Amino acid sequence: MANSIEAYVSFREVQKSYDGETLVVKNLNLDIEKGEFITMLGPSGSGKTTCLMMLAGFEPATHGEIYLDGNPINNVPPHKRDIGMVFQNYALFPHMTVAENLAFPLQVRKAPKEETTQRVNRALDMVQLGGFGGRRPGQLSGGQQQRVAVARALVFDPKLVLMDEPLGALDKNLREQMQYEIKHIHENLEVTVVYVTHDQSEALTMSNRIAVFDDGVIQQLAAPDVLYEKPDNAFVASFIGENNRLFGQVRGVNGSGCTVELEGGGEVQALAVNIDGQGTETTLSLRPERVVINPTNGSVPNVFDARVEELIYLGDHVRTRVNLCGHDDFIVKVPNAAGHAHLKPGEQVKVGWMAEDCRALDASVRT
Amino acid sequence: MADVTMERPVIQTADGVPLKTKLRVTTRNNRLKAFGLVIPLLAFVLIAFIFPIGSMLLRSVDNSLLPSLLPRTAAALQEWDGQGIPDEATFAIFAEEMVAARKARTIGRVATRVNFERSGMRSTFTKSARRLAKVEAGPWKEALIKIDKKWGEQGTWTTLKVLSEPLTLTHYLAALDLKYDDDLSIVSEAEDRQIYVPLFLRTLWVSLGITVLCLLLGYPIAFLMATLPVRISNLLMILVLLPFWTSLLVRTTSWIVMLQTEGVLNDIMVALGLISDESRVQMIYNMTGTVVAMTHILLPFMVLPLYSVMKTISPSYVRAARSLGATPATAFFRVYFPNTIPGIGAGSLLVFILSIGYYITPALVGGRTGQLISNLIAFHMQKSLNWGLAGALGALLLGGVLALYILYNRIVGVDNMKLG
Ligand SMILES: Nc1ncnc2c1ncn2[C@@H]1O[C@H](COP(=O)(O)OP(=O)(O)O)[C@@H](O)[C@H]1O
Ligand SMILES: [Mg+2]
Repeated sequence: MANSIEAYVSFREVQKSYDGETLVVKNLNLDIEKGEFITMLGPSGSGKTTCLMMLAGFEPATHGEIYLDGNPINNVPPHKRDIGMVFQNYALFPHMTVAENLAFPLQVRKAPKEETTQRVNRALDMVQLGGFGGRRPGQLSGGQQQRVAVARALVFDPKLVLMDEPLGALDKNLREQMQYEIKHIHENLEVTVVYVTHDQSEALTMSNRIAVFDDGVIQQLAAPDVLYEKPDNAFVASFIGENNRLFGQVRGVNGSGCTVELEGGGEVQALAVNIDGQGTETTLSLRPERVVINPTNGSVPNVFDARVEELIYLGDHVRTRVNLCGHDDFIVKVPNAAGHAHLKPGEQVKVGWMAEDCRALDASVRT
Repeated sequence: MADVTMERPVIQTADGVPLKTKLRVTTRNNRLKAFGLVIPLLAFVLIAFIFPIGSMLLRSVDNSLLPSLLPRTAAALQEWDGQGIPDEATFAIFAEEMVAARKARTIGRVATRVNFERSGMRSTFTKSARRLAKVEAGPWKEALIKIDKKWGEQGTWTTLKVLSEPLTLTHYLAALDLKYDDDLSIVSEAEDRQIYVPLFLRTLWVSLGITVLCLLLGYPIAFLMATLPVRISNLLMILVLLPFWTSLLVRTTSWIVMLQTEGVLNDIMVALGLISDESRVQMIYNMTGTVVAMTHILLPFMVLPLYSVMKTISPSYVRAARSLGATPATAFFRVYFPNTIPGIGAGSLLVFILSIGYYITPALVGGRTGQLISNLIAFHMQKSLNWGLAGALGALLLGGVLALYILYNRIVGVDNMKLG
């Protein structure tokens, strides 16, 4: 091939269909750097697992090519790909002890006995399960099984580790703890990790970059902060974090900014991110923490009248739902700082925001 | 004060009844209801299972015929030391009871029973009884020996002595090809008269063979059923269950149509030129027929437990093994196969136990060489009417199966077994 593959893992124009009628993965192009922790994030059924299965070799790509370390791997069987995998239900072999589970990948590679024992012990220590080698998986708690599964996927020093919603079965506290542990293991071992989840906070916590999936297409591929602060389209904006949506028509574009006329009346100065030009429909996206209640005169270009509908006290901030231009689900996060305004339901207030905090995106499908 | 604090107060329900009494009443009602529900089954098991097996076990050791029909002879023979032949007094009692038995028309039953133990004795008995009626006075020893020389042989009398005990092991000895010799020590039958032990062994090997065949044939089918999409696996399931829905007799006779020398299979082989018309293969009315037909009939009993176990094995196990570097073969043998062992155990035990006692198929297609132990049991039940021996053979079969079950439990553990 003329174009050399520089990325460690590369999906090139990959498509996948199970039934020959619908595409589950549509024209996927994705480059993953060595040592990166990349997360595929998306709603259920968006094709994340399918991508992972194609990478691991359990599903053939219907079209396109996948490269690993510069080599096409479409015709390489799974056991020759050298890819460690952590499954959602852990898939620990129930008839083997923990140590035997960990030794399995080394044994099939015909590693010497002594080295096998050493590496198994080291891997167990790494996940803080030193004394558990002799137990059966069934005798471990969910979190411990999870750790064994991670250790087993790493014990043979794979080129790449895939994890498909590995924390989905754990309760919240354990999940957060495991997120940090996996993150630390990744940093210490410097392995490349492709992680799949539908939990955005998990993705934001752990990843170097996140690929947001929807309907078999990557909607945006970016670092967590970029994804949150600079979403490219309406889907990403509403999928990641909390988001106020306002619908309107572009009235004028001036450089990086634009003027949008809201459906309920009123004009907004916004940042032109993803609009098709004057006269087209657009979705404005605005983070609740970027909205100011009763701004000082002239400090922000966008000021609207609103009525307080509901207040929810959350300690560090007060979640305030207001009615603005006919939208009664407009959320404002009012920080619980010294001297902040005490609002009451039914009160009339002014809300305002900066033009660069309000992103004019594509006209989304309204739900 | 100390003893007062030790006493726990009696907790009462709202209406003043002690809690314990109330609990007993409510749980008793539930227990009674549960018991009521199992009564029909209990009665059925008792009548159809426990009772027949108990009666079979009793019959296999029962020896009360001679003591009840010739009571005084039996008593005298129990006293006898078994050396030489009994004394004149015993002969006299025997002669008297023989004549009486002939009058009461019970002599035939005695003769049959003795004949089971010592062939040729039936005619001796009937002849002697008939002639004794004409002899007026002793000495009875001489008279009897004159009628038949056998009365002068020690073996005749030791046989009668054995039959005088109310309980006996003779049926079990016979079932194991053993017998009492003339001076009451246990010896094995002559080589050419041993039938039961070789037949037991043959039954064992054939059952093992059928079990292995069922496993080899059933494992791939069960695997396909557990892994293919539901639509196809349902079709396979119907095909597997089809034998259950057709009569056993129809299935067995259709094997006759297939396998007989003028049958479909032979015709095809002749038509294809694989064999000549003269050398058609005998595939039925011998062991081949028994094995083929029984494997077919017992296959579902292997497939269903295997399927139910395989259904629970997550495909991610094999995937995990593959991703860890195992070839498809290694993943199968080291990961998939060990997880199917409970199913293999259950299916094999089921097929083995069923085939070890199978009767109808060997009877229909087994011919002379394809008979199993149960066919001989049936023979003794229906033809020779030696129910004692049939009972002993059945008890040995039952004991063998129980022993196997216990062995299986030791090795695999019955709790690990999945039947469906
Ligand atoms: N083995 C399969 N056969 C047919 N369709 C499948 C199969 N696996 C997944 N799909 C379909 O592909 C789509 C994407 O599934 P998946 O990749 O599992 O999504 P995700 O992991 O993002 O939830 C879904 O609509 C699902 O129904
Ligand atoms: Mg998935």
